[in-house]
Amino acid sequence: MKDNVLLRVESLHKHYPVHDRFLFRRPQLVYAVDGVSLEINRGETFGLVGESGCGKSTLGRLILCLEEFTSGKIIFDDKVITEHNKVKLRELRREMQIVFQDPYSSLNPRKTAGDIVVEPFIVHHLGDRKERQRQVERLLKVVGLLPEHASRYPHEFSGGQRQRIGIARALALNPKFIILDEPVASLDVSIQAQVINLLKDLQNQYNLTYLFISHDLGVIKRISNRMGVMYLGRIVELGDSRVLFRDPQHPYTKALLSAIPQLIQAKKKKRILLEGDVPSPINLPSGCRFHTRCHYFVEKCKTVDPILEEVSPSHWVACHLHQG
Amino acid sequence: MVEAKGAPVDELLLDIHGLKTYFYTEEGVGLAVDGVDLQLRPGGTLGLAGESGCGKTMTALSILRLVQSPPGRVVGGKVLFGGRDLLELTEEEMRKIRGKEISMVFQEPMTALNPVLTIGEQISEMIQLHQGMDRRKAMVRVGEMLDLVRIPEARLRIREYPHQLSGGMRQRVMIAMALSCHPKLVIADEPTTALDVTTQAQILDLINRLKREMGVSIILITHNLGVIAEMTESVAIMYAGRVMEWIDGGEIFLRAKHPYTLGLLASFPKMEEDEDRLEAIQGTVPNIYKLLPGCKFSERCKYMSNRCGEEPPLIEVEEGHKIRCWLYTHEGVVY
Repeated sequence: MKDNVLLRVESLHKHYPVHDRFLFRRPQLVYAVDGVSLEINRGETFGLVGESGCGKSTLGRLILCLEEFTSGKIIFDDKVITEHNKVKLRELRREMQIVFQDPYSSLNPRKTAGDIVVEPFIVHHLGDRKERQRQVERLLKVVGLLPEHASRYPHEFSGGQRQRIGIARALALNPKFIILDEPVASLDVSIQAQVINLLKDLQNQYNLTYLFISHDLGVIKRISNRMGVMYLGRIVELGDSRVLFRDPQHPYTKALLSAIPQLIQAKKKKRILLEGDVPSPINLPSGCRFHTRCHYFVEKCKTVDPILEEVSPSHWVACHLHQG
Repeated sequence: MVEAKGAPVDELLLDIHGLKTYFYTEEGVGLAVDGVDLQLRPGGTLGLAGESGCGKTMTALSILRLVQSPPGRVVGGKVLFGGRDLLELTEEEMRKIRGKEISMVFQEPMTALNPVLTIGEQISEMIQLHQGMDRRKAMVRVGEMLDLVRIPEARLRIREYPHQLSGGMRQRVMIAMALSCHPKLVIADEPTTALDVTTQAQILDLINRLKREMGVSIILITHNLGVIAEMTESVAIMYAGRVMEWIDGGEIFLRAKHPYTLGLLASFPKMEEDEDRLEAIQGTVPNIYKLLPGCKFSERCKYMSNRCGEEPPLIEVEEGHKIRCWLYTHEGVVY
């Protein structure tokens, strides 16, 4: 593995069985993550964007081994973590952390901010009482809160401040890698900007690597160095964020970008409106899974599933239009 | 008072003056809406924008007199709708207006729709109530409405329950319901916030088309300035229960001047530019129960001066553009 690669995911699959009311019928499968491969470099932010149900959060949970995978391989820091046992996984969790979307439901309402931030130290038996106390104060300060906030309960904080507590908890054990799952989706725009700036500062300060999951392309554009676009369990386009935003290749990425409402109407480009809804991940369309909604589809798309290919250096697209 | 130019008062569909809605709780008095003036022409689209807690939804609920009481109460102002002050009507008269002349589309269709009634039953209930149709005729009308909002296989969908539909389809049902009695005004409160961006584009396209075809006026409440820019020809930027800036007629955000509006615009992701660091507005929205005297935005404002200890009035600085900020008083009419 290349030195600068921190995380590598190789053709990862996660299929959930769904049981219906017919007891003896074979359960159907939801193809939540269906063959995803990607690499995340040390110190970078990889943005993962897609609409609800595309499997981006499942992918995040799989990487943290919070979810059993169906097949595939995850290599983190040169270790194949998909083969780890429970003890090793617990050790690994010190290096990988997650910040969830909803700061209202991911913080225990009965615990104070101090209790929440100190918990990782207790779980991993680190430090004595005094040392932990010192760490809590340090962490709260790092995320822009005050030491006296430690004795307050989550409901006494605003949404932005709660998300800061979630970030402080994730930072507690000096992780290398943090998954940010829609961390700013429930915040107002002015607060979003504050939290994004904080995340960028922390990344520089502690040399963190982020996997930033979001449905919001604007947020992804602001924070990510490279990005992947997911559709129905697959990555359909992957590359440098600036390149993807300037020159998207996959028809789905193009539609996504054109759907974003623009502030200045004079600069507006023609919108590509997709018809209908995303197909069910149980009955995936044959061939290319986007062909049912694609404006450019040709016969081949109905039968042959396109694979992710490099169309220009470090720019990968899964579309027949861009392949030989 | 300065009247909105170019739109004589008698031509306005909705004319709100000095609307005040306060909340009386143990915490004290919360000034949720505190002296809001808004105008809407027939067939027009007015955007209400601002961050959570700025009073945009409370303004809408006050128009419909749906503010929960206690603790809330509309304590002042006029809401002239087609010349009649809605705040003066009896509850009986108001009920005939809600749903029939003014209807509402909510953010989260799953909580706004009744989970144990089919789509057909929910929409026909309203048609039967307001139009006095019998059940069979009403169901035919429901089918037409579902076609209108482009729900595929509408005849089948009539018999389905809300949970069987996708988020986008549910929002189409909400829109069909809101339009089913041919209202003059639809208030849409964050109609696309819970939706994905491609679904949002479909719904916004639908709302624009229906607006053209049916000539309905719309008040669109959203925190998304991009949606405002695409959908509305006038916008009121609200903060702490007040209108901070009001801009009427095209390219709204090229003309914006108020420090708060500019701050919001700076926080809004721009697709066409590379930006490294965001210029964030510092601090948070003030608590409506503990508002300080003076300009409500001043504690977060880069341009704060001594003058801001006194609250600036909303002043018309040019035709179709009002600002509540001391920086611009010299350009406009001071009164």
